[in-house]
Amino acid sequence: MNQTTSVSDPSPVEKYRNNFLKEVEANVEEGDWVKMCMQCGVCSGSCPLGSAWAHPPQELFMMIRAGQREEVLRSESMWMCTSCYSCVVRCPRELPIMHIMHGLANYANRLGLAPKMNPTKRFAKLFWDNIAATGRVNESRLSIKLYFMNGLVSGIKTAFAMRKVGLGMLKTHRLNLIGFFRAGGIKEKNQLQQMLNKAYEIEDKRKGLS
Amino acid sequence: MTNEVKVAAYMCKGCGLGERLDTKLLVDIAQSEGGVSICKSHDYLCSSDGIATIRDDIDNQGVTHVVIGACSRRSKTEAFNFSATDAGRVGAADEATKGVAVARANLREGVIWSQPDSDDARELTQDMANDYVRMACAEAKFMQQPVADPERGANKRILVVGGGISGITAALESAKAGYEVLLVEKTAHLGGWTKTFHRRLPAKEPYAHPHDNDIDELVNQIEVAANITVFLNATLTKTSGAPGQFSVDITTESGATVTENVGALVQASGFTRYDASQLPEFGYGKSPDVVDQIELEALAKSANGPNGEGGIARPSDGKMVESVVFVQCAGQRSDKPGHLPYCSGYCCNVSIKQAMYFKDQNPDIDTNVIYTDLRTPGNSEDFYRSAQLKGVVFTNGTVNKIEVNKIEVNKVGTEGDQLSVNFHDHILDQDAITHADLVVLATGQVPNSGVDIESKIPDANDRADNTAGQSAQVKVSVESILNLDYRQGRDLPHLKHGFSDSHFICFPYETRRTGIYTCGPVRRPMDIVQSIEDATGAAMKAIQAVEGAAMGRAAHPRSGDLSYPSFRKEGCTQCKRCTVECPFGAIDEDENHYPVFNESRCRRCGTCMGACPVRVISFENYSVDTVGQQIKAVDMPDEFDEKPRILILACENDAYPALDMAAHNRIEYNAFVRIIPVRCLGSVNLIWVTDAINAGFDGIMMMGCKKGEDYQCHFVSGSELAHERMSKINDTLSQLQLEPERVQTYEVEITDIERVPKLINDYAAKIDEIGMNPFKGF
Ligand code: SF4
Ligand code: SF4
Ligand code: SF4
Ligand code: SF4
Repeated sequence: MNQTTSVSDPSPVEKYRNNFLKEVEANVEEGDWVKMCMQCGVCSGSCPLGSAWAHPPQELFMMIRAGQREEVLRSESMWMCTSCYSCVVRCPRELPIMHIMHGLANYANRLGLAPKMNPTKRFAKLFWDNIAATGRVNESRLSIKLYFMNGLVSGIKTAFAMRKVGLGMLKTHRLNLIGFFRAGGIKEKNQLQQMLNKAYEIEDKRKGLS
Repeated sequence: MTNEVKVAAYMCKGCGLGERLDTKLLVDIAQSEGGVSICKSHDYLCSSDGIATIRDDIDNQGVTHVVIGACSRRSKTEAFNFSATDAGRVGAADEATKGVAVARANLREGVIWSQPDSDDARELTQDMANDYVRMACAEAKFMQQPVADPERGANKRILVVGGGISGITAALESAKAGYEVLLVEKTAHLGGWTKTFHRRLPAKEPYAHPHDNDIDELVNQIEVAANITVFLNATLTKTSGAPGQFSVDITTESGATVTENVGALVQASGFTRYDASQLPEFGYGKSPDVVDQIELEALAKSANGPNGEGGIARPSDGKMVESVVFVQCAGQRSDKPGHLPYCSGYCCNVSIKQAMYFKDQNPDIDTNVIYTDLRTPGNSEDFYRSAQLKGVVFTNGTVNKIEVNKIEVNKVGTEGDQLSVNFHDHILDQDAITHADLVVLATGQVPNSGVDIESKIPDANDRADNTAGQSAQVKVSVESILNLDYRQGRDLPHLKHGFSDSHFICFPYETRRTGIYTCGPVRRPMDIVQSIEDATGAAMKAIQAVEGAAMGRAAHPRSGDLSYPSFRKEGCTQCKRCTVECPFGAIDEDENHYPVFNESRCRRCGTCMGACPVRVISFENYSVDTVGQQIKAVDMPDEFDEKPRILILACENDAYPALDMAAHNRIEYNAFVRIIPVRCLGSVNLIWVTDAINAGFDGIMMMGCKKGEDYQCHFVSGSELAHERMSKINDTLSQLQLEPERVQTYEVEITDIERVPKLINDYAAKIDEIGMNPFKGF
C-alpha cells in the first residue's frame, strides 16, 4: 500500500463527511464530477495499468468521499495515468476520469504533497521548467535533462542505450543539437513570465493557496 | 341434453393432409367405427365454402356434434367455432342458433407435421390419423355444448377494502368506468400511509426532485364522487357468495353491521410497517435520533410545515440536523431471525428522496447513504443521479452497529445523542465509523394480508433448510381481512412471506379466489407509483369479473368458458377431496358434508374431477367419459405387431402448445404416441390410467406445468396434485406386476419445443426396452 499514509493529518477530517469532497470539487480540475461516480468499478477494470496501482480510479473516488485526504493527495496512483482514455469512454456515468486523475496530481503538486521522487512528476517538472523558461520546448535540453535526472552514471547509460534513436533523429533533422547551446524561444520572454505569474496569483487566490 | 345426438365429421385435405393421408379411409373410419351419421371431406375445410358446408348441415340436417379432422384445436379456433355465444361476437344473443359441440382430430400438427414424409413412414402415419379420428368421434358423442350457469349473479357493484393509495385508486378507476363502488376503510380517514408522507417520489420527467404529495386531492375526488360510498372505521366481518353475487357484512367500530351485495372485491389492505425495534443493533429504541423512513416523513412534514424553511431537528434535543446517515436494507434481504428475507424494492428511492429533503433545505448538511446495492429501477436512475448532483454521498458498505452516546449541547444546555455508525466499506475494504445527528433506517414493508390459511405447522420430517426458512419468516397479522365464509379459509392464500398468491408470470392480477383481486403492497412491496398502476389493473380485473360473471363466463386462464362442474350427488361419498383440493376455494360444504359448487368462483380446471374417486364430477364438454372414451377408442394392435402404444395426457396450457410448435418446426417424434390434451394435469382422474393399461397401452406420459414453490401451473396446484397422485400409483402398478416406468410424469414448459419430442423419443425407447404391456389383448 501507499507508504505515505503514515504521515499524520494536521487537521483530522471527520471521515465520510463532505469536507474533502468539497475541497476536491472546488480545487481540482473536473473535481465536481467525483460525486457522480456510482462505484461500478468499470474504470478500474478498464484501466490497462490500474491493477498495478495502489488505488485505481474507482478507489480514489471512494477515498475522496471517505475523507482520506492525505492518502489521496500523497498517492502515486494518479501520476501513473497515461491518458489512454479507456476509462473515460467506458464510464456509464460519463465522468472525465482521466482529467480528474491529472487534476488530482496537479492539485497535490501545488500543495506540495505529491510524492517527491515520482518519475512522472519529475518529468512533468522538467518539461514545465523547460517550456516556461523560453516559451518553447527545447528538445535537446529536455532529453539530456531527462537522461541525467537520476545522476551522471545512469544518464550516460541511458544516452548510450538511446544513441541509435538519437542519431536517427539527427539525420532526419528531428533533433537540433545547436539548440542545446542556444536557448532560442519566443521574443519578450519576460512578458510570458508576467503572464504566468499572474495566472499563478489568480489560481492561488481562488484555491486559497499561498 | 335429452336431445338426440347427431354427429357429423369433416375431413380436411388442405395443408398437405390430402397428399399425406388416405382421406377416404378416414371418412370410412369415421362412419363405420366412429358411428357418425354424416361424413364429408373438403379440400380446404377452413375456407368459407368449407365452413358453409358445416353450417348448412347444422342448420338443415339437425347436426348437434361436429368432428373436425384437420389442424390442431389451437388453430383456426374462430373458423371452427360453432357455439352460440362465440366469444368474438360481443353481445351475441344466447337465444340465437343453438351452438354445437366441436371435437377436433389433430391430423396436421399431431400427425403429418410431426411424422417423416417418406414411403416408409406412410403406414404408421396413417395409423395415427385413423386413431385420432376414432378418438375425436368418441369424444364428440360424450360432449355437450355448454350453456351458462342459470344461477349466475349479475351484481356489478365493486367493493374495495382499504382506503390507502391503492384502494383510492381502485375505487376512483372503477367509478370512472361507471361502476358503483363501496370503499371500506378500517381507520377514521382515507389516505393510508401516503397521507403521512411529506413528499412523493417523482412520477414524471425529469425524475429529479420529490413531488408534492397530492393525496388530499385524491381523497377529495373520492368524497365528491357520486357513485362511491365510503365506510370509515369499518371492516368486513363476513364475505360469502361468488362473483356477481357476493354478500358482504360491513361492521363499523360502533358494532353496527350492514349487509351489502356486490359483484367483485378489490383487496387493497396494504402493508404494516416492519417493526424496527427488532433491530437493537442499530440503536432503534435506544435513541429517538434513530428513526425509520416513515418517522422521517413525519419529522420532515412537521419541520417543513406550512411555513417551510425550518429544517429538520434532531428529536433528542431539537438541534438542527447537520449530518444524517441512511442505512439501507435495515433488517431486509437478510436471513437472520426476525428480518425480512426479501428486498422491498422501494426503500432505496425513498432514502434518496429523504436525503434530498435535507440537501434541498441546506446543501451543507452531510447526507450519507450506506448501501450494499442501490436498487433504482427504470427512471429512478435519473433520480439517483440527481441526488448525487445535489451532493448526497453514497457509500457502498454494510452497517454493523450503531452506538448511542449522550453528549452536551452547548447552546441550549440539553443533552443530545451522538450516533456512531460502524460499517464496513466494501470498496476500500475497511471498517469505518462515521458520526451522525440522525440515522434513518430503510426498513421494509410487511404485507397486511390477513390469515395464512395454508400455514402448516412444520413437521419433523421437513428438510432442515425448510424449517430454517420458516423461522426466518415474519409473523403476519392474524386478523382476517375478508372473513370469507369459504370452506378453505377466511382469506386469500399466500404465496410467500405473506404476499398474496397470483400467477405471477402469466396473469399476475388474478388471485386464487375468483372475483377478489389484490393490489398494492399486499401483492409485493411497492411504492406509490407502482401501487397506482397495480390498483388500476385490479379495478379492471374486478370489472372483467362482474361482467364475466353476469354472462356465466370463466376468468383466466379459461376466460370465456361457459362450462362448469356439475356433480351427481347420489354417487358422492362425501370424501371431501374436491373441496380440499380445489385450488380456488370454489367448493363449499353443506350441512350434510356434501360439496356445494360455486360455479362463478370456479376456474374450470377440472382438479375436482381428477380428485373424485367415484367420478361424479363432470363438465358438459369435459368429463371422465370424454377422455376415457378416447382412450378406449384407440385401435390397439396386438402384441405381435410390434406396434406399441403410448398415451400422452398433455396440459393444454403449456405441453400441448409446445407439441404443436414442435410440429410447426417439423421436429419429428415417435409415431406410437396418442396425445390427448387435458385442461390441467390436476384434472387427470386415475381411472384414465387404469383404462389405458386395460386397453393395452404400453406406457403413459403425463405432461404438466412446473409445480412447487415457483409453480407455473396455470391452476396453481393442479400439476402438483397430479404428481402427488401419480406417485401413489406405483403401488398399484407393482401389484399388477407392472414396471413403474409405465406411468411417468413430466414438467414441461411452453418453450420446450425441442425438449418435448426428445422426451417422447426417449420414453419410447424405454418402453421398447421393458417390452409390451402384458395386459394387451385381455
Ligand atoms: S466507471 Fe465511472 S461510475 Fe464507474 S466506478 Fe469508475 S468513475 Fe465511477
Ligand atoms: S486514462 Fe488513465 S486512469 Fe483512465 S484508463 Fe487510461 S491510464 Fe487508466
Ligand atoms: S430497495 Fe434498497 S434498501 Fe430497500 S431492501 Fe432493496 S436494496 Fe435494500
Ligand atoms: S374445476 Fe377447478 S376451480 Fe372449479 S371447482 Fe373444480 S377444482 Fe375448483
